[in-house]
Amino acid sequence: MADLRTNLAGIKSPNPFWLASAPPTNSGYQIMKAFDAGWGGAVWKTLGVPVVNVSSRYGSVNYRDKRMVGFNNIELITDRPLKDNLREISEVKKRFPEHAVIASLMVETREEWHSIIRDVENAGADGIELNFGCPHGMCERGMGSAVGQEPKVLQTIVGWVKEVAKVPVITKLTPNISDITRPARAARAGGSDAISLINTIQSIVGVDIDQFVPYPIVDGQSTNGGYCGPAVKPIALNMVKNCAQHPEVGIPISGIGGVENWRDAVEFILLGATTVQVCTAVMHFGFGIIREILPGIERYMDEKGFKTIEDFRGKALPNIKHWEDLNLKYKVTASINESKCIGCQLCYTACEDGAHQAIALSNDPANRIPTIIDENCVGCNLCSLVCPVEDCITMERRDDAKQHLTWAERTAAGNIPKTFNDELAGGLHHWVPEPGEALAKKKPRHYKG
Amino acid sequence: MAEYKRPSTEAEFAANFSPKKPLMSDTEAYYESSRCLYCYDAPCINACPTGIDIPTFIRQINNDNKDGAAKTIYESNWFGHACGNVCPTEELCEGACVYNNSDVKPIEIGRLQAHATDKVIRSKKKLFITGKPTGKKVAVIGAGPAGVSCACELRMLGHSVDIFEARAKASGLCVHGVAPYKLTNEEAVDEIAYLQEQFGFNIHYNKPVNGRAELDKLEKDYDAIFIGIGLGATSALGIPGENKKGVMGALEFVEVLRNKHQATAVGNAVIVLGGGNTAMDAASESCRMGAESVIIAYRRGPEEMGAYSFEFDLAKKSGSKALFNVTPVEIMGNGSVTGVKFIRNKTAYGKIEAIPGSEFVEPCDMVLLGTGQGKQVELLEQISGVKLDQKGRILDNRGRIVVNEHYQTSNPKYFAAGDAVNGGVEVVNAAAEAKKAAHGIDQYLKK
Ligand SMILES: Cc1cc2nc3c(=O)[nH]c(=O)nc-3n(C[C@H](O)[C@H](O)[C@H](O)COP(=O)(O)OP(=O)(O)OC[C@H]3O[C@@H](n4cnc5c(N)ncnc54)[C@H](O)[C@@H]3O)c2cc1C
Ligand SMILES: Cc1cc2nc3c(=O)[nH]c(=O)nc-3n(C[C@H](O)[C@H](O)[C@H](O)COP(=O)(O)O)c2cc1C
Ligand code: SF4
Ligand code: SF4
Ligand code: SF4
Repeated sequence: MADLRTNLAGIKSPNPFWLASAPPTNSGYQIMKAFDAGWGGAVWKTLGVPVVNVSSRYGSVNYRDKRMVGFNNIELITDRPLKDNLREISEVKKRFPEHAVIASLMVETREEWHSIIRDVENAGADGIELNFGCPHGMCERGMGSAVGQEPKVLQTIVGWVKEVAKVPVITKLTPNISDITRPARAARAGGSDAISLINTIQSIVGVDIDQFVPYPIVDGQSTNGGYCGPAVKPIALNMVKNCAQHPEVGIPISGIGGVENWRDAVEFILLGATTVQVCTAVMHFGFGIIREILPGIERYMDEKGFKTIEDFRGKALPNIKHWEDLNLKYKVTASINESKCIGCQLCYTACEDGAHQAIALSNDPANRIPTIIDENCVGCNLCSLVCPVEDCITMERRDDAKQHLTWAERTAAGNIPKTFNDELAGGLHHWVPEPGEALAKKKPRHYKG
Repeated sequence: MAEYKRPSTEAEFAANFSPKKPLMSDTEAYYESSRCLYCYDAPCINACPTGIDIPTFIRQINNDNKDGAAKTIYESNWFGHACGNVCPTEELCEGACVYNNSDVKPIEIGRLQAHATDKVIRSKKKLFITGKPTGKKVAVIGAGPAGVSCACELRMLGHSVDIFEARAKASGLCVHGVAPYKLTNEEAVDEIAYLQEQFGFNIHYNKPVNGRAELDKLEKDYDAIFIGIGLGATSALGIPGENKKGVMGALEFVEVLRNKHQATAVGNAVIVLGGGNTAMDAASESCRMGAESVIIAYRRGPEEMGAYSFEFDLAKKSGSKALFNVTPVEIMGNGSVTGVKFIRNKTAYGKIEAIPGSEFVEPCDMVLLGTGQGKQVELLEQISGVKLDQKGRILDNRGRIVVNEHYQTSNPKYFAAGDAVNGGVEVVNAAAEAKKAAHGIDQYLKK
């Protein structure tokens, strides 16, 4: 049976699923409810000098009938007095001693850092998370991602924190920077025990095209917000991977960004995260989603024979190479399973208009099953991605699996295209129709003009 | 049996005849439109007789452009709203949806279509600008789907149009034929009003065109004439007792029902003779009117019925029973009908043969003849009578007008489409044909 217990730089929790510092961790009431539901830890809504918020505060990206595939907010840190939060932290820790309670903090001066760290440690916090990631409102005040974007300042502040902190310190990173490993390395250099990432991405989530104002609208006006939710997971995964692979980072990672189900969590762990944090999914569906997440990851681990999280943490990292080290001899082409095909011809139009004109339609209008023109197919995957039927288009290996040649090796051997009309151009012998053929092509009956 | 209580108030009638395809809410339309795959050269389009660009209008609904969706629909089909409700979509667009190939429910195209068109009808949003006036005048006989569709298209082409309609309401069988759980009178009439407002054709109600004199006048006053008169009354069966009290044509029954609702007289035991869609409708409707027993009697087996299987299913679900391989030989009763005498059939080499001595009487107090509509030969003969001599224009022996691909009759001034030409199919066919006929007229007028 899978053992989900985790230890992130000394912060222990019954499972790797933590609530991220956000509205779901605004109060002791919510956190108790979450622990009772099965969550392993919680990063308290960022504490500091309480703020005043605006209304409204959130915007959403909906994709067709799916709501909140992306989510943005213009909220600040906690608006509740510190003493109320401290009292509730103690109460939660008393009732749930095995669960991880981490205090997220954002203040300005060295004195403020020292004082608030003592307060939260006295209240019973198991760890501290430094919020250098808030991309709006706080940075204008010299806090949040303003600090996160300046590795030197970040390192200094982590230093101040480590002067007094007795519990482990996690530095939360902002993604609003071109190289995430720079603040990650600065955190390490400042003495941080772990990092967590990503915080929200600066964003405008949409514009009200009748009122000419971006969302969310505050009295006819708006401001940029922080983007999160399922849409940001790919960015988060890449940043987690960058930090996990960088030899100078080398401290544990808590992965954040678009986690919604057990599979998302497994992906973060495979890229090196020890724990994951969740915000948007809980804001959307409530604490109950843990009831899907826990049995999901347990089944996965049992099936794979992983006893602990450590057994598969970072397991995908060795397979992530630089592009120039990938095998150029590996060759796949698309293959359509005719018995599954429903005849939507999305693959045809995708390849025809968006790729390599490697899919043909039958001359018999009653036969709507397309065929792959093997010699034109470059193996890009596009058709298999647009096909609405599970496992209908598969990518089949065509090379003999005996050869291996990378761009790096070709470069070393001087065997790469160097001039604009080089004979070594990869697409030189690919069939491309003549431009004029586009206009001669038969169009669907209903196309006008 | 009686799954339906006999309705005595308008509310009870409405409950028994609640819409088969209720209007979608905005949320439902949003979810359903999200499912459409936006197929390439989509088979649903090719299955629509009017060729509506279905994936485009569904995408327009999904992207919050319902005016645009309605415009896409109307561009191909001037009876967009009626069709969304009454089309046998299972056999047409929805039957061709690729989802059928994956055991996923096909997209509810008809309901999405009705949703988008309902919005513009209710907001009275003008979507089209009529063509530059050509000075040509066209007379249209009949304000059914064919006549009105032809009128709209002619107005787009700049010709002025007068429609002469025998009845007091426009939209033909949409108001007096189609089952009330598919389309209400208000919905049918509102769409015509919406179209008329935009296209400015005139409808002269209660103006049947009958005699030769009237045709002469039309020929004199108009540059072309379109015939959209549909079919005639229910054909007689030709068996003894057919004019007993309680025997009526299914079509005539539906027309009364559409107008009188719960006040329509319906027997306790109804026998519907026939295996077509009209027979199925009449059976479903009799059940909904609270008849104790409804029996559909058909000469051959279930596979050979002309009706769509979903219409037969609906009749059964409404409470009808069916008798197959029986031929009615006499309608029994003394003044009023008391039963139908049948003889059983067997089928040999595709031909039905009566089984001697197998007669039996099925008791009932109402008989509805779903035996098909006759052709309007009387009027058509009036036209042909004159023209036959000079121009050699002909009617075939079934009374249908023979037309060329522009829906032009052998008398070049006369065009025709819809049931009068195709012998009775669906609203959507009338709309598709009449649109082509309008272009035929346009070409004729340009010569
Ligand atoms: C009982 C029944 C149920 C049906 N259900 C459906 C259904 O669910 N879905 C579907 O798509 N189709 C259905 N149909 C078929 C559909 O209604 C017809 O195919 C369609 O209405 C044909 O249109 P039309 O304009 O050719 O003829 P009609 O709808 O018959 O219109 C003809 C018009 O011409 C008028 N007219 C006739 N003679 C004259 C004259 N001499 N002078 C002036 N005006 C005249 C009539 O009053 C009428 O308004 C049904 C038909 C019947 C009989
Ligand atoms: C397969 C692929 C190849 C791309 N190649 C280029 C490129 O050659 N030059 C470029 O400026 N952007 C390139 N882009 C980026 C796109 O132009 C665009 O900025 C990006 O995809 C975001 O837009 P989208 O969300 O509409 O896809 C590429 C995108 C894709 C998907
Ligand atoms: S893999 Fe790419 S090139 Fe090959 S058929 Fe599919 S879309 Fe076309
Ligand atoms: S996308 Fe898939 S289902 Fe659609 S036509 Fe291509 S192979 Fe068939
Ligand atoms: S066939 Fe179905 S899924 Fe495809 S475009 Fe038509 S309605 Fe949409």
